[in-house]
Amino acid sequence: MRVLGIETSCDETGVAVHDSARGLLAHCLHSQIETHARYGGVVPELASRDHVRKLAPLIREALERAQTPRTALDGIAYTRGPGLAGALLVGAATARAMAFALDIPAVGVHHMEAHLLAPLLEADPPAFPFVALLVSGGHTMLVQVAGVGRYRLLGESLDDAAGEAFDKTAKLLGLGYPGGPAVERAARDGDPGRFRFPRPMTDRPGLDFSFSGLKTHTLNTARREGDAPQTVADIARAFQDAVIDTLAIKCRRALDETGVRRLVVAGGVGANAALRERLAEVARRRDARVHYPRIEFCTDNGAMVAHAGCLRLPGEGSRDDAFDIAPRWDLESLAPPGDAVTAPAAGASAPGAGSRG
Amino acid sequence: MSGLTRTLPDAAATEAVGMALAACLPEALTVTLAGDLGAGKTTLARAVLRGLGHTGAVRSPTYTLIEPYECGGRRVFHLDLYRLADPEELEFLGLRDLFERPAVVLVEWPERGAGVLPAPDLRLALDAGGTGRTLTVEACSEAGETALSALRAHLPD
Repeated sequence: MRVLGIETSCDETGVAVHDSARGLLAHCLHSQIETHARYGGVVPELASRDHVRKLAPLIREALERAQTPRTALDGIAYTRGPGLAGALLVGAATARAMAFALDIPAVGVHHMEAHLLAPLLEADPPAFPFVALLVSGGHTMLVQVAGVGRYRLLGESLDDAAGEAFDKTAKLLGLGYPGGPAVERAARDGDPGRFRFPRPMTDRPGLDFSFSGLKTHTLNTARREGDAPQTVADIARAFQDAVIDTLAIKCRRALDETGVRRLVVAGGVGANAALRERLAEVARRRDARVHYPRIEFCTDNGAMVAHAGCLRLPGEGSRDDAFDIAPRWDLESLAPPGDAVTAPAAGASAPGAGSRG
Repeated sequence: MSGLTRTLPDAAATEAVGMALAACLPEALTVTLAGDLGAGKTTLARAVLRGLGHTGAVRSPTYTLIEPYECGGRRVFHLDLYRLADPEELEFLGLRDLFERPAVVLVEWPERGAGVLPAPDLRLALDAGGTGRTLTVEACSEAGETALSALRAHLPD
């Protein structure tokens, strides 16, 4: 089956065409970072307005690149949640309207499930079960994946996400945006022995994370030590070492506790070279393997939504012209494809989350 | 309208203020939290939520912009407007729906919502100097004044 996937949960507008027999045919992305660069550092408007502007041309472009006329589509998948209500509504409304016009089914997929399953798009996909570390600007979580729709949350961040800590630390140190690559670059010249930052929540059992204290620690150190280039590099190094060490310790624990020997890493922070090196070491010692989606599928994208849609559409696609979104949606509430999927009633727990279809 | 100033030597002191503030909040109050990155705004907001009875994680709303909570039957919203480029964008977050019914609304980076965000009842500012923080609290409405008097009783000089 051939599926159009639409991702609009946050700042990125992603569209892709995936064919369950032939794989990924095309994917297009409009990212905030590009806009950022093009408009000379002006922070772009909040997602929804941008999605409205970008989505229709991106759909046209993806279909053209996939050499797929609209009428050849078997279904449409869109991100139903979690995410920003206004942003989700743009993707959901567009997908449902287009499916209605074409008289094909549509399905709303879970953003984090789409991320978890993204490594299956690669040539050498991991077999189930695996442990997944999702580390991005908005999320930090460890999930045990027994199969599609069979997820157990092992741990998550109790405050700031790891990527957010990178962004804010970069800002504190005057290193620019996006923070991940900026801190990584600065840390390369840093002396690993000059400062040692705490490894939050590693001194007690459990797989939860906390990164907000590291930000304050960075601020206090920067205030005390000044902003000479070498000092900034040394602080960046100490910060990065602390985050990576913390992530690696928790991954090691997750592998040991579950007995699983495959680790999947997704999310923007997964692009960090020092993190990849550390995790490779953790895996080597356990005879385990680490899988990454290709870099462009680590961050938000339409390909993962089209792919998840291919798995979910046969059992769960519908031709309803009514729809809802789920800005807050528990990953563990998902069921394997075909079974009933539970989700919070529209508007139950978030403002602006009403069913407006 | 009156105010209060306290020195907070560490994160524990910031948390104590948050817990005390929670005990002084009526059903509906809008509280803004100003201060630079790392000043302790989220630490304070988290302590307020704990004080109101929330036991789960308090995720940073920086990327979601808004996190809703139900604490013992009362509605609490934690907003972080750091990423807002234009105050008008608040409309997209369903800001108006939020103020339709009584709620405690905690707003970090309120200056990014200037002009669109309703006037606060209490204005808090955290100023980072050295390793400690200076907290100033200012009442901006009658409800804010009542909460501030109660808070003053909780935080002796």
